[in-house]
Amino acid sequence: MDFGYPVLTLLIFFPLVAACGLFFIRAPQVVRTYTMAASLIELLLAIPTLGFQFNADFQFVERIPWVAKWGLEYYLAVDGISILMVWLSLVVLPLCVMCSWTYIGKRVKEFHFCLLFMTAACVGVFCAMDFVLFYVFWEAMLIPMYLLIAVWGGDDRKYASIKFFLYTLAGSTLLLAAIVAFRISGGTFAIPELMTQTFGFRFQFWAFLAMALAFAIKVPMFPFHTWLPAAHVQAPAAGSVILAAVLLKMGTYGFLRFCLPLTPAASEYFAPMMIAISIASILYGGAIALGQSDIKKLIAYSSVAHMGFVTLGIFLFNMRGVQGALFQMLNHGIITGALFMMIGCVYERSHSREISHNMGMGKYMPGFMAFWGLYALASFGFPGTNGFVGEMLVFVGAFKHAIWLGMAIVPGALLGAAYMFRVSLKMAWGVPGTAKGWKDLNAREYMYLIVPAVFVLYIGLNPAIFFKVIDPSVQKLLKDFDSRRQIVQVETVQPLETAARNLDSVLAARQ
Amino acid sequence: MNFNPVLIVPELYFLALVLVLLVQALGPRDWHPHVERWIPYGAGLGFMVTMTAYHAHGSMFWDVYKLDMMSQFFKIVIAFGFFVAVVNATRQPTLEEGKRSDYFMLLGFSALGLMMLSSAVELITVYLALELASYSLYAVIPLRSRDKGAAEAAIKYILFGAVATALALYGLSYIMAVQHTTYISELVSKPWHFADAPMAVVGLSLFLAGMFYKLALFPFHFWCPDVYQGASNETAAYVATLPKMGAVVVLVRLAAFLKPGLEITSILAVLGAASMTFGNLSALAQTDLKRILGFSSVAHAGYIMVGLVSGSAEGLAAAAFYAMSYLIMNLLVFWVVSRIAVDGRNLRLADLNGLHKRAPALAFALAAGAFALVGLPPTIGFIGKFFLITSAWDHGYNWLVITLVVNSALAIYYYLSIVRHAYTEDATQEAGPEPDKGPFSIAGAGLLAGAVLVVGMIPAPLFNFAVKAGESLLQ
Repeated sequence: MDFGYPVLTLLIFFPLVAACGLFFIRAPQVVRTYTMAASLIELLLAIPTLGFQFNADFQFVERIPWVAKWGLEYYLAVDGISILMVWLSLVVLPLCVMCSWTYIGKRVKEFHFCLLFMTAACVGVFCAMDFVLFYVFWEAMLIPMYLLIAVWGGDDRKYASIKFFLYTLAGSTLLLAAIVAFRISGGTFAIPELMTQTFGFRFQFWAFLAMALAFAIKVPMFPFHTWLPAAHVQAPAAGSVILAAVLLKMGTYGFLRFCLPLTPAASEYFAPMMIAISIASILYGGAIALGQSDIKKLIAYSSVAHMGFVTLGIFLFNMRGVQGALFQMLNHGIITGALFMMIGCVYERSHSREISHNMGMGKYMPGFMAFWGLYALASFGFPGTNGFVGEMLVFVGAFKHAIWLGMAIVPGALLGAAYMFRVSLKMAWGVPGTAKGWKDLNAREYMYLIVPAVFVLYIGLNPAIFFKVIDPSVQKLLKDFDSRRQIVQVETVQPLETAARNLDSVLAARQ
Repeated sequence: MNFNPVLIVPELYFLALVLVLLVQALGPRDWHPHVERWIPYGAGLGFMVTMTAYHAHGSMFWDVYKLDMMSQFFKIVIAFGFFVAVVNATRQPTLEEGKRSDYFMLLGFSALGLMMLSSAVELITVYLALELASYSLYAVIPLRSRDKGAAEAAIKYILFGAVATALALYGLSYIMAVQHTTYISELVSKPWHFADAPMAVVGLSLFLAGMFYKLALFPFHFWCPDVYQGASNETAAYVATLPKMGAVVVLVRLAAFLKPGLEITSILAVLGAASMTFGNLSALAQTDLKRILGFSSVAHAGYIMVGLVSGSAEGLAAAAFYAMSYLIMNLLVFWVVSRIAVDGRNLRLADLNGLHKRAPALAFALAAGAFALVGLPPTIGFIGKFFLITSAWDHGYNWLVITLVVNSALAIYYYLSIVRHAYTEDATQEAGPEPDKGPFSIAGAGLLAGAVLVVGMIPAPLFNFAVKAGESLLQ
């Protein structure tokens, strides 16, 4: 597809240019309006991507040399796996601007600069087809997120922001070593080209571990999840929204884009472990969420559980599982993003995130509770909402894989219903405290809450169009995976044994 | 003796500059114009002159002095660094009025020595150039009036330097005795296995001590944090950056015979790994900004080793490129430090509190510098580290690459705390004097920060230059 101009480049660099424009604006209100306009223009710029062809090809390809000597390229493209994530990132931006309209009072300009910078990096991550370019965007995104938490966050923001930064960066440094190793073995950094190659098992073993650590921290999977509740609770509403909607998806996207195609044999080898960790995430996240008294923390832990479903779906290696995982990535972005925006609404009124301080809103804020109810239902997968479609697909995939596996995650779904009901009941019909004086949602709040609601119902009732986008790519992914996981001989990697063998060969060579 | 003055115009220019400064230093104190007025232009012109000589090619003085891509690359970097360091030092609050000309003269002498070091391809010449570069710095360190720490720093610098020099000279005698030559080009073809020439390997190890000292590589790094702390901010900016270039260029030249697998190469690799780990771990515990930067430079010296031991043209290019990146990042950070400490005191981390409010532009530049030192994209620090890793992977030093990667993760904490103090902490009452927010200060910070970001995103032109330089060495 050629639209006469580089669509993806524009999507990445327009926010950056717009962000630089902020330097010339003083008044906070103008900053907000300007950023809003920029985010809408960004959406308009994305219109050509609606011409996405329903096949598994990489589309909207842009490819120019970057550092020729080292084989680095500026290589962008999207396929069915990434295009939805790109759209998600773009839709989230205007919502973030709107939900921060009155929430953010200090250093407004810098805040919006970070939002725009963040969007550019997120879109870049999902479009990059050069491994190093991917890493550049992947890491660049840490800086604005760190600042979002550290500057505009809650009381404990310093601790949370440093924890977030250290965890994610420490995880991804090993990814860099893996990237270099792929280039040395595969001769290129271009991901589509690497996907056509087969690497030895020993190589796959270590490469998988290095990559999986980075991705598992980002997802986050139990037990690497501890940065997430801290970051979510301390981040401002918009920060939590981006974190939940887009950032966490980068980890699972990494599994789909790199681990399965590049290290199929190792993925299969480690699948039992990954499945076990996923189940642990689902059950642990759900159980801890049930015990929270802080609404935001509750939603944060529920994210751990929901993302557990996604990683589980990926490592089932069957059509339904991977479909469900991709779908759940999109859904979780929409639903949890919306829930965090709602918590922002509550916080602006009560200045507290404790459930006990925010009870009995049903009578005073019916509009708010209607939206909350919808998102709560979607969150635990009520039929008719988008959450149902994704979760059910993962369930089908799990049962297809093994009955016991399906049975193992059923309590996870029940836990989801339990904690969402518990918090929703209290918020709607608990004994009202300060809620008596609150006004219901205003026009601006309606505006940004209605957008996800439309998606929740539309996807829930008519998911077909989204399947059309993702199916060809998922089929191709699994077909390649199946044909290539068997090629290499699985061998047990034992460092001592390897060392002994190397020593033998050295001694033999000397004689 | 073959002598062609056209080839060494940069060196001659710097010699002339130093002589003019010498005349001004010897002349009456009230001579006009003051040295600060004209020296930035002089240094800027020096950078231009060096740029024009980028393709100089040939050798002279009985082949002890060689002009090739590598030497010209480093000369340009040194001239650039000298320019920035001199501009940075024009407003130096802790320097006595009467010593200003002497100060710049000594810096100029040191830069000249470093330029000669980049062209020296014979060990005795290397030694002489190294001493020229060092002696002037010995005198510069204590030029910080009203500070007892300065004298202590100077004594440490001299004593350590003297020991390193003595070791180097001792090693040199071993090399001469065993290999019967001091020309690097001839040494390349000599055996460097410990089994074949044990004395030579010991000698070379000792000779390298001189370079390690300049580079602040473990175990010759002990002077580094103390000297940075004791010297004035502006002097530290110079000491922390330019002499390292001189050391790297010599190491790059010697690396031509440091093939992977040799004992001497392994020694370098081990020292590199120890240096990164030791530097980063020590930096974690510091609160004085210059001490942090001192230990961070110990770590960075270790990173550069990764490129040197890979034994390929790309590796040498990566080391050269990273050295240049380090110079730019460090100059950026020191520029901001000098502008914040307008009264010339040593900054502690707490002094950075609330910087984003007091001087937003400087805070941004400082953050850019710190993130570059961490190695985060899209800065020059990331791309430099990436080149290092790529060059060393699969050349037998994968463990070194992993050490580097783990160390980068370790280093995040203390660099991040610089950003944290500047951006998230609120200013305390005793935050000290207002930072310099004049156009001169902002422009310098902006240009250097721009370089850190732009070269990080578009590294190809400079890196290709470095690769050509690396290839010219291995031919």
